[in-house]
Amino acid sequence: MTAVLEARGITKHYGHVEALTNANFDVQAGEVVALIGDNGAGKSTLVRILSGAEAADGGEVLFDGKAVQLTSPTDARELGMETVFQDLALAPHLSPVQNMYLGREVMRKGLLGKLGFMDSKAMRDGSRSAFDRLGATVRDLNGTVGGMSGGQRQGIAVARAAAWAQKVIFLDEPTAALGVVQTQNVLDLVRRVSGEGIGVVFISHSMPHVMEVADRIQVMWRGRRVATYNKADTSMEQLVSAMTGAVAQEAS
Amino acid sequence: MSTTTTAPPASTEDAPTSRLSRISRLQALQILILLVVTIAVFTALRPDTFLTGFNIRGIVQNTAIYAVLGVGMTFVIITGGIDLSVGSVLVFSGVVADKIMVAYGGQGWGTVLVGLVAALASGLAWGLLNGILVAKAKVPPLVVTLGSLSAALGFAQIITKGLDLRDAPQTLVNDIGFGNIVGQVPTIAVVSAVVVIFGIVLLHRTRLGLYTYAIGSNAEAGRRAGVKVERHLIKVYAFAGLLAGFAGLLNLGFFQSTTIGGQSNTPLNVIAGVAIGGTSLFGGIGSVFGTVIGLFIPIVLQNGFIQTGVQPFWQQVVVGAVLVAVVYVDQLRRAAALRGTKTRLPFLSRAGSTSRKGSA
Repeated sequence: MTAVLEARGITKHYGHVEALTNANFDVQAGEVVALIGDNGAGKSTLVRILSGAEAADGGEVLFDGKAVQLTSPTDARELGMETVFQDLALAPHLSPVQNMYLGREVMRKGLLGKLGFMDSKAMRDGSRSAFDRLGATVRDLNGTVGGMSGGQRQGIAVARAAAWAQKVIFLDEPTAALGVVQTQNVLDLVRRVSGEGIGVVFISHSMPHVMEVADRIQVMWRGRRVATYNKADTSMEQLVSAMTGAVAQEAS
Repeated sequence: MSTTTTAPPASTEDAPTSRLSRISRLQALQILILLVVTIAVFTALRPDTFLTGFNIRGIVQNTAIYAVLGVGMTFVIITGGIDLSVGSVLVFSGVVADKIMVAYGGQGWGTVLVGLVAALASGLAWGLLNGILVAKAKVPPLVVTLGSLSAALGFAQIITKGLDLRDAPQTLVNDIGFGNIVGQVPTIAVVSAVVVIFGIVLLHRTRLGLYTYAIGSNAEAGRRAGVKVERHLIKVYAFAGLLAGFAGLLNLGFFQSTTIGGQSNTPLNVIAGVAIGGTSLFGGIGSVFGTVIGLFIPIVLQNGFIQTGVQPFWQQVVVGAVLVAVVYVDQLRRAAALRGTKTRLPFLSRAGSTSRKGSA
């Protein structure tokens, strides 16, 4: 089975610093892959490259088995990949619906649409069904996102990505700064997204969350992937020792 | 409503509110009440003169030109920007329109139409220049428009050698500047109302309006969602310039003069009206309707003070106090509703560079 997204031998320098050295990565359709590693291991750099936000210095990215060039986030989006950044990138003064469809507004049919009028009802209905489908708790579709709790905002950001992603979603620390209940909600959401056949890449520092939600766990250390585990075959101790470089399955 | 099966119990989440949008609506409402109360007080004090057709006509006429400028200014301020150049662009466009109309000759509608095109083109050109410098060159809007405030007025004075032109065609002065469309309804007010309604529809119903809010709220979020932020900012400043050009033609008709020396306070008065009307100088929030109400208040106060025998200079004091009070109260509530989004005023920084971490 080919991976929906695969990275082979990615390198990336920032000046003299080697952020990624021959890094490999893969995610299958419908699975949750956790990407873990200590600070500076290269997780975020790898995700930025895979989501088109940055260009790699070397290596190749395969999408559905074919090599692709990702030069901008738009390229990644057109392939069906969405990213939820740590700062969520929501507009606080806009409503959940407006955030959901920002940059992808549904226009009215005919002349009104050409004049720039939007089909608010279609976007409302679309947002409601997307939020409901994923169990995101957004009770006030007309309120402003800035007035909502961290959990709700996270829910909106993840639901937005899930609604548009056809193939892959990257989640960068989606549970950081959330309470217990909200965290559980986001983890449930992640499971449901992958249940729809979308590959989920989940970056987290929290081993319990990783163990709860991931199917496979890929460990990064000093700019490359050092180990890949199936959740069933591993333990937190093993993960932690891999993160500190004590275990290396893959040759460098 | 379909069920959300694994939703946590309601009590664990903050009560979701539309606090922000409610505040914004609330503030426009409060200002409307303030306006109504002011009118009621003056009506009670001067029942025979204040609420008469003649007096209302004067108030509406005096607000009309500011309202046209206010529509564009509202858009600019919602993006988190500012436009100090509207008064100078108004003068420049009036001068260019006057020169071209005189060169074209005649006193009729044909001449006015030529003047309209000239005024709109002049205003649009300044607006585009402002927009390109703000969006592409990333010069802070305050600086860009301070520059064009100076330059546009300078060009107007160079063209006229500093002397006001007073030779606008008769049709412009008699039919638009002072004329009535029906009965005692001044043409200039109707024209202004059409611009205001156009502005309201554009801001609240179209994608262009939505992007205006989105950029003021979080430009980076818009950019990541695929909104062409730079192009949209240029459009917004161009729109404000276009309206300033249009206001230049109305001004020429109303005052029968290019008013070269008379517009130095115009941008500040318009900005005050926008702020009093509930548009946030931090961007992301605002309404054209609020701006119109906010512009009426100073003019009603001045008119009322004159009628009641109070020195009209008190108007300036009261407007200054109202402005600061309104923005202060608004800011307190906004800080409570939007967690941790306090940044310095966005028009002091480069366009779209205010990342609002922690806001969403």
